[in-house]
Amino acid sequence: MREVAIVSVAQSDHRRAVPELNEVEMIQPVIHAALDGIGKRIADIDFTCSGSTDYLAGQAFSFVMTLDAVGAWPPISESHVEMDGAWALYEAWLRIQAGHADTALVYGYSKASPGDLPRVLSRQLDPYYYAPLWPDSVAMAGLQARVMLDAGTITEAEMAAIAHRSRTAALDNPHAQIKGSPPVEELLAAEYLSDPLHLHDCPPISDGGCAVVLAAAERAREWASNPAWIAGIDHRVDSHNFGARDLGRAPSVAIAAEKAGVHEGPVDVAELCAPFTHQEKILCNELGLGDDVTVNPSGGALAANPIMAAGLIRLAEVAQRILDGDAGRGVAHATSGHLLQQNLICVLEGGS
Amino acid sequence: MTTDADRTISEMPEGLWSQPQPVVPHLDGEPVQRIMVPATMVYDYTPGTAPTEFLNGLAHKKIYGARATPTSEIYVPSRGMDPVLGMPTTELVEVGPKGTITTFCVVHIGFGDNAPPTPFVSALVLPDGAAVSLYGTVLGIPHDEVRIGMRVQPVWAPPEEMTTSFENIRHWEPIDEPDVRAEQLKGHM
Repeated sequence: MREVAIVSVAQSDHRRAVPELNEVEMIQPVIHAALDGIGKRIADIDFTCSGSTDYLAGQAFSFVMTLDAVGAWPPISESHVEMDGAWALYEAWLRIQAGHADTALVYGYSKASPGDLPRVLSRQLDPYYYAPLWPDSVAMAGLQARVMLDAGTITEAEMAAIAHRSRTAALDNPHAQIKGSPPVEELLAAEYLSDPLHLHDCPPISDGGCAVVLAAAERAREWASNPAWIAGIDHRVDSHNFGARDLGRAPSVAIAAEKAGVHEGPVDVAELCAPFTHQEKILCNELGLGDDVTVNPSGGALAANPIMAAGLIRLAEVAQRILDGDAGRGVAHATSGHLLQQNLICVLEGGS
Repeated sequence: MTTDADRTISEMPEGLWSQPQPVVPHLDGEPVQRIMVPATMVYDYTPGTAPTEFLNGLAHKKIYGARATPTSEIYVPSRGMDPVLGMPTTELVEVGPKGTITTFCVVHIGFGDNAPPTPFVSALVLPDGAAVSLYGTVLGIPHDEVRIGMRVQPVWAPPEEMTTSFENIRHWEPIDEPDVRAEQLKGHM
């Protein structure tokens, strides 16, 4: 295996809506911040890969338009995934492993505000037996939370505590959209949004993006004094048939964690992409993280949730802490689809 | 009455573009050939800063391009970025409205409600000063007299129908100016 590291990261200051900009205008400053952070230009990049979906803004071929932000003419080597940018990073990592590239630019973005996101996300579901019924993403998450509450694997108070802890942590995150939280008692006293979910259990709707630069071996050491090495990365998918799953579990997370080597060393920090409060509990259970692990110091997806970037942001948050020397080894998780259907685990670590 | 728009492209006309019939295997039971899954999603259109300037210009019969630096190419319409430099096109520059045909096609099968009577000419038109061409139809001249390098100008919608839409340019029509030589269009075709 080739050594590959994250050497630079950048993200937008996420907002409920960025109506004055189109997608390329929104993501271009983020892409260039990631490059400028290490004094590099697109000419220094061998491969570019992005993650996005046209359904969010309702703009066809938006990913082709956002390529204008990287100066893609004359033609560059690039690709795109209709998934979170974390999977774009996985493709870039594979390209580097294959020896086709030494450096890569990865970005993911979402301009969800022009559409009705909970309905738009229903288009991800089985097109014959789920999508025609238009189950919105919050109602779907409610099915999962109910299973856990009924099984006693979580309480509403625990869920509120996760919301409170995450959004309080986001006070220190300059990019976060929701910073700070009322006390847990106040959260629990509020009305339900989709019973058993309160508003605080749900992620915000966010416009924003994230960009990451990868480099192999010596190039990584040249470009960063403290590269965040990808020690392990794996992604797995659970059944698309929600009726066939134990919704309170995500076996794909446990397997990906094992393959990525989560437990082969201490974990200083974990950034988990849990858009809904109860999903953090599922992830912690599947990952087997100890109580000593700091989870989502950024506030996680509960503080800002640009679809198709929220997972890549988790990798960027862990990488930033290693690049800054604040953490030695961390776990980042990304998810795609509803109810933690597909999951990616990446272990990042410092050191030479 | 069956119109062109009701027919699939692979079936028209008279075998043009036609494909072999698919082989359908025998199935037990009644084959399900159709389910109805209506789907509508409504979006607010948020064109962004640069396209907003372009669209607002059209409402005043002006064609705006934009460039990233005083010496770089002028893109029309700008989506906000210079695709070569990867930098924002921050300087608005009026181009055209006269332009030059850089390529064209004589259309014999028209699709859609707004298609002119066939045959008609669709073309790429390079507005004066711009680096890239706009797509449109060329009317007001027999189709067999249209040529690359021919000079044209936009025919705008009547004042009461002007909006912030590219459809403000109803079509392009020839003007009495000498053709531009193909060599001069190099890099823009």
